[in-house]
Amino acid sequence: MKLKRTVIAAALAALAGAANAQVSDGIIKIGVMNDMSGLYADIAGPGSVVAAKMAVDDFGAAKKGMKVEVVGADHQNKPDIGSSIANQWYDVDKVDAIFDVPTSSVALAVSEITRKKGKAFLVSGAATSDLSGKACSPNTIHWTYDTWMLANGTGTAIVKTGGDTWFFLTADYAFGHALERDTETAVLKNGGKVLGKVRHPFPGQDFSSFLLQAQASKAKIIGLANAGGDTINSIKQAAEFGIVKGGQNLAGLLVFITDIHSLGLQTAQGLIFTESFYWDLNDGTRAWSKRFAAANGGKYPSMVQAGVYSSVLHYLKAIEAAKTDDGTKVIAQMKKMPTDDPLFGKGSIRRDGRKIHPAYLVEVKKPSESKGPYDYYKIRATIPADQAFRPEKDGGCNL
Amino acid sequence: MDTIFGVPTQALFGQLLIGLINGSFYALLSLGLAVIFGLLNIINFTHGAQYMMGAFVAYFLANKAGLGYWWSLVLVPLVVGFTGVIIERLMLSKLYKLDHLYGLLLTFGLALIIQGLFRNQYGTSGLPYAMPAELAGGRNLGFMFLPNYRAWVIVASLAVCIGTWFVIEKTKLGSYLRAATENPALVQAFGINVPRMITLTYGFGVALAAFAGVMAAPIYQVSPQMGADLIIVVFAVVVIGGMGSIMGSIVTGFALGLLEGLTKVFYPEASNTVIFVIMAIVLMVKPAGLFGAQK
Repeated sequence: MKLKRTVIAAALAALAGAANAQVSDGIIKIGVMNDMSGLYADIAGPGSVVAAKMAVDDFGAAKKGMKVEVVGADHQNKPDIGSSIANQWYDVDKVDAIFDVPTSSVALAVSEITRKKGKAFLVSGAATSDLSGKACSPNTIHWTYDTWMLANGTGTAIVKTGGDTWFFLTADYAFGHALERDTETAVLKNGGKVLGKVRHPFPGQDFSSFLLQAQASKAKIIGLANAGGDTINSIKQAAEFGIVKGGQNLAGLLVFITDIHSLGLQTAQGLIFTESFYWDLNDGTRAWSKRFAAANGGKYPSMVQAGVYSSVLHYLKAIEAAKTDDGTKVIAQMKKMPTDDPLFGKGSIRRDGRKIHPAYLVEVKKPSESKGPYDYYKIRATIPADQAFRPEKDGGCNL
Repeated sequence: MDTIFGVPTQALFGQLLIGLINGSFYALLSLGLAVIFGLLNIINFTHGAQYMMGAFVAYFLANKAGLGYWWSLVLVPLVVGFTGVIIERLMLSKLYKLDHLYGLLLTFGLALIIQGLFRNQYGTSGLPYAMPAELAGGRNLGFMFLPNYRAWVIVASLAVCIGTWFVIEKTKLGSYLRAATENPALVQAFGINVPRMITLTYGFGVALAAFAGVMAAPIYQVSPQMGADLIIVVFAVVVIGGMGSIMGSIVTGFALGLLEGLTKVFYPEASNTVIFVIMAIVLMVKPAGLFGAQK
């Protein structure tokens, strides 16, 4: 009996092997690298690993005879740590593709390593638009959002409704600089003015000093070019120092639903920002998000986690179509195929590695308008896919 | 308007005041560390985690027991201080005969475990803690808008710091404590229960951290990481002030808060590092710290 079972298992394994002749070592290994314990852990963190595993299940990898394994690691928001994990994963652990990687400085480093080693890199968490601009790579796809999308969505909307003088509070690293640059461009293009900027160390804790400088500038809008815990504390302390009561408004340039959950609607109400995913968009997003929350301790997905799901799904489809897990070839295949999933709808991937889909300008509800936890956004405008991202010709990518 | 190096003097006053507020936290936390190191010779790396626990217990009291901020100010130091007493009795007390390094490793490990447990349970974006209604709002000082709560932070922390200094340096109880660290055997011979005194001292140091945590809860998010980021700066403060020097840690805490405030105006990018630059310089010139006694 036991022998028979072994023989069947061996035969099945041989079959699976035959079907995936081009898959290196017979296993597709997906590495989800992000901040597992610091200020971005709720945006990405273990939730992104959950999302990746859901994508593997929904793709039906096991049924199709593909062996897919998901591993996770914590880059602690440090480029040196991220680089050494990437090297270790590619060289020793036989990881085929790296996903997520919030923190732009780390993502830029991992993108270079991935290009050198001919693997695949699908960025969901990082924001800098340079990933599909001057730092673009044939091995990298930038999936969920970028600083240009945020700046264009939020910056343009605010300038057009009268917020024409700006002061920036910027996280002092690649992401903050890119977000500030792209927003400044959007503000100037729409006829606004930038009165000043201050760069705060990352991560920060006390922003009152910087907020006072912003207050003194008399700008109508204080643009928060930071993220996660930094944005939360900035908003909270701005309320404390009477900045909004004094007639100035805050523009959260990168805000996630997890931040709003943490701030509470009382503090966050009225905030306007841009997202590329919200769980309550349609039946598809609602159904998926409820499944996700069930697997993620009740926490609803951020757009980064949704992006990890969507990118893993498309990556596996591309491997199935191209019959190889060679990084460069799979990325090329991914660009050839249109994307389609319940979270971001139909979309495509441009030659410069920019994934294209609609973006949403959202406003945080008043406490009285919300039906309960995570019922936080009103969709103010939908920015169509062809306008949501920087035109390919303006990015400076030479692919 | 008058300017100093291109910065309006009015703005500078505001920044100095903010520096003083941050200095209040440095002073409160470094004071606890100094008390523990001065009397127990333990480098308490759990301090940041205990500060975080203070904020969390305040959050629990508000949300599970309906007890507000003022209750928390009294109850939280007692509750968290008691956990300190347990740690001291069960673990630290076994290490006094060994090198400093063992205490450091134990407390560091405990800090990682405590932070990990909270992170696992509550995530990292933090929980909101409401400002007490009595201290909401603020006043316009002409050169800046000062939230009432921040003014309270300075007053409360100065009071606690000076009170602690007074008890340790000027009262009979304080003299027992200081004597017990110099020569425990002799003090014991006078009929004073030295181990109990040391346990309570550790509990008190921890309570100070928890008190700072309650003070911080309405300003910052209550998050598992809140202490981890702060503790390194606070250690630098203690080193600059002189390990174990009570007055040193208070004065240095406030002074470095001011200095950091100034850096945020003139060169914000360096505001995270300036304290460590000072630390390096002080260690080169005066290895025992500004107020430390050369041993």
